[in-house]
Amino acid sequence: MAEPFLSIQQVRKAFGATTVVQDFNLDVEPGEFVSFLGPSGCGKTTVLRMVAGFEEPSAGKIVVTGKDITRLKPNQRNVGMVFQAYALFPNLTVAQNIGFGLKVAGMPKADADRRVAEMLDLIKLPQMGDRYPYQLSGGQQQRIALARAIAPKPKLLLLDEPLSALDAKVRVSLREEIRSIQKKLGITTVFVTHDQEEALSISDRIAVMYGGKAEQVGTPFEIYNRPATKFVANFVGTLNVFEGTVTDAASGKVRVNSQEVSLQGKLNGSKSGDTLSLALRPEAISLGRHPGRDASLSGEITEVHFLGSVIRVRVGIGGSTVSLDTFNSPASPPPAVGEKAEISFSSGDMLVLH
Amino acid sequence: MKQGSRFWAWLVFGVGTTYFVLPLLATFEFSLRKRRGEYSFDAYRSVFGDPNFQATFTYSVVVAIFTILLGVLLVVPTAYWIRLRLPHLRPVVEFITLLPLVIPAIVIVFGYIRMFGSNSALPFLATARGADALLVIGYAVLALPYMYRAVDTGLRTIDVRTLTEAAQILGAGWTTIIARIILPNVLIAVLSGAFLSFAIVIGEFTMASLLNRPAFGPYLQNIGANTAYEPSALALISFAITWGCMSLIQILSRFAPRSANRPN
Repeated sequence: MAEPFLSIQQVRKAFGATTVVQDFNLDVEPGEFVSFLGPSGCGKTTVLRMVAGFEEPSAGKIVVTGKDITRLKPNQRNVGMVFQAYALFPNLTVAQNIGFGLKVAGMPKADADRRVAEMLDLIKLPQMGDRYPYQLSGGQQQRIALARAIAPKPKLLLLDEPLSALDAKVRVSLREEIRSIQKKLGITTVFVTHDQEEALSISDRIAVMYGGKAEQVGTPFEIYNRPATKFVANFVGTLNVFEGTVTDAASGKVRVNSQEVSLQGKLNGSKSGDTLSLALRPEAISLGRHPGRDASLSGEITEVHFLGSVIRVRVGIGGSTVSLDTFNSPASPPPAVGEKAEISFSSGDMLVLH
Repeated sequence: MKQGSRFWAWLVFGVGTTYFVLPLLATFEFSLRKRRGEYSFDAYRSVFGDPNFQATFTYSVVVAIFTILLGVLLVVPTAYWIRLRLPHLRPVVEFITLLPLVIPAIVIVFGYIRMFGSNSALPFLATARGADALLVIGYAVLALPYMYRAVDTGLRTIDVRTLTEAAQILGAGWTTIIARIILPNVLIAVLSGAFLSFAIVIGEFTMASLLNRPAFGPYLQNIGANTAYEPSALALISFAITWGCMSLIQILSRFAPRSANRPN
C-alpha cells in the first residue's frame, strides 16, 4: 500500500490537566482535500495547529511524506496556512504580501515577481498588486491570503476556518474557488470548519470531531448517510429522532409510535424489548402516502417554514415532532398549520443510532 | 438653556486657556526686556550665541538619540514577547515599567553611582564614555513608562499572534518577523515613545548633573542661577522644543501610511 502523504499518528495534546486532543489518527492521501468538522472546542483547530507546528503534541507524531515533522519549527515545515482572520501584513502591499514567503526563501526578485503575478492571475485579482490590505474587501483579502500561502509551493495547505469571517454569498463563491484552485494545483489540503455544509460540499473526506477525538472519518456521502455515532448523526444535517422498541430481534421488527418498521440487518445485536434511538433525515420523509414507502405515521402540522425552493414542515406525532422537507411548487399552496397529516417513509432509510 | 450651557463652556475654556497661556506670555514678555526701556530679542541672541548652549544642546540631542535606540531595542522585543508568549506577566512588566515614575531620579542615580563607581565590578564611571553610557541607560529607564505604554498600545492595534504565525509559516525567523512585520506596524507608536523620550532627555537635570555630564539640563539650571533674562528665554525655547516634539507625533500620525495604522 502506498505511503500516506500526511500521517497523524496517536496524537494527543493536553494543556495542563485538560486534554483537548486524544489519540487522534488520520492518514491523508496526496492531493486529497480533508476537512476537520466539529463544534467549537472539539480540538479541530488544535490538530491543525499541531500539523502547522504552532503547538507541540503531548504524545504521538506527525509525518509528512515519510519524514517525522513533529518537533520541527513552523518555518521549517514548508506548509502553507490560511487563517480565519486573514492575517495579511497591513504594512505590505498585496504583491509584497504574496511575495513575502518567496523573499524569505531567497528567491531572485525576477522569479518572485513572476510567481506573484501568476498567483494574482490564479485568484483572479491581477490588478490588485499595488493595493494595501485595508483597501480590499474581506473576500479579496482571503483570496490574497490563499495566494500568499500557496506562492512558495508548500507541500501541504492548511485552512483554518478561512470562510468564517465572510458573508454568506462570498463564503459560497470562495469555497468553490478554493476547491477549484486546490484541484488545479493538486495540493494536499486540510480544512477546518464548523460549518457542515462547507465541509460536505468541498471535501474528499471529512473527519468529524468531538471531545478531542475523531468520531468518524469518511466521504461526505458516508458521513451524511451512514453516520457512525449519535453525535455525527446529530451534528451533520437535520435529524428526526424517534424512540423505538425492538419487538422481534430475529426479523428486525421495531415498533415506532404503534407502527411496526422493519430494520433487518441494522439492529446490530439488539435484543427483543430493547429501546433504540432511530433517526430519519427530513428529505427521507414525504407528506402523504407515496408508493415505495413502506411505513407511515399520522399527526398534525404544527409549523410551516417557507425557505424558498424548499418548505420545511413540522408534524407533531404522539409526543414528538418530525421535520420534513417538500419542494415548493407555485401551483399548490404550502400546507397549513393545524391540518391533519400523514407522513410516509421507507424503513430502509431509517438510521439506528448507537 | 443651550445658550447658557455654551456660555459656561466658553467661560471654562477661557479660564483654562488663561491659566496656561498667561504665565507663558508673562515669561515671554520678561524675556524681551533685556535691553532697558524697549523690547528686544537680546536674551535669545545671547542664548543662541553661547557656545555652551550649542555644546550642551548637541550633547543632549546625541544622548537622546542613543536613549531612543536603546529604548526601542529594549522595549519593542519585550512588549512583543509579553503579548505573544507571556501575557500572564503583563501586570508584572507594567508595574516594573511604572517604577521610574515612583522612584525619584536622584535615588536611581545614587544607586548607579554606588553600583557602577570606579571601584566596582562594572566601572562605568571610570571613563567619560562609560558615564555617557550610564546616562543613556538611566534615561532609557526614566523614559520606560512612556516608551513601554506607547509600544504596547501600538501592539494592541494589531493581531500580534496571527501575524507572527502567518510570517512563521511562510518561513520567517524572529528577526525578520520583528523587523519586517511587527516594527513597521507599530512605527507610529514607537515614534510617539521616541519623541516623549526626547522631550524627557532634553530637559533632564538630576541624572546629568550628578553624573557630571555636560547636558542641556544642568546648563539650563546654571544659566537660571546666574543671569536674569536668559532663563526665561531658555524656558520658552525648551517649551517650544517639547511642544515641537508633541506636534511632530501628531503630524506623523496623520501622514503615516494608513496601512501601518489600521489592522485588518
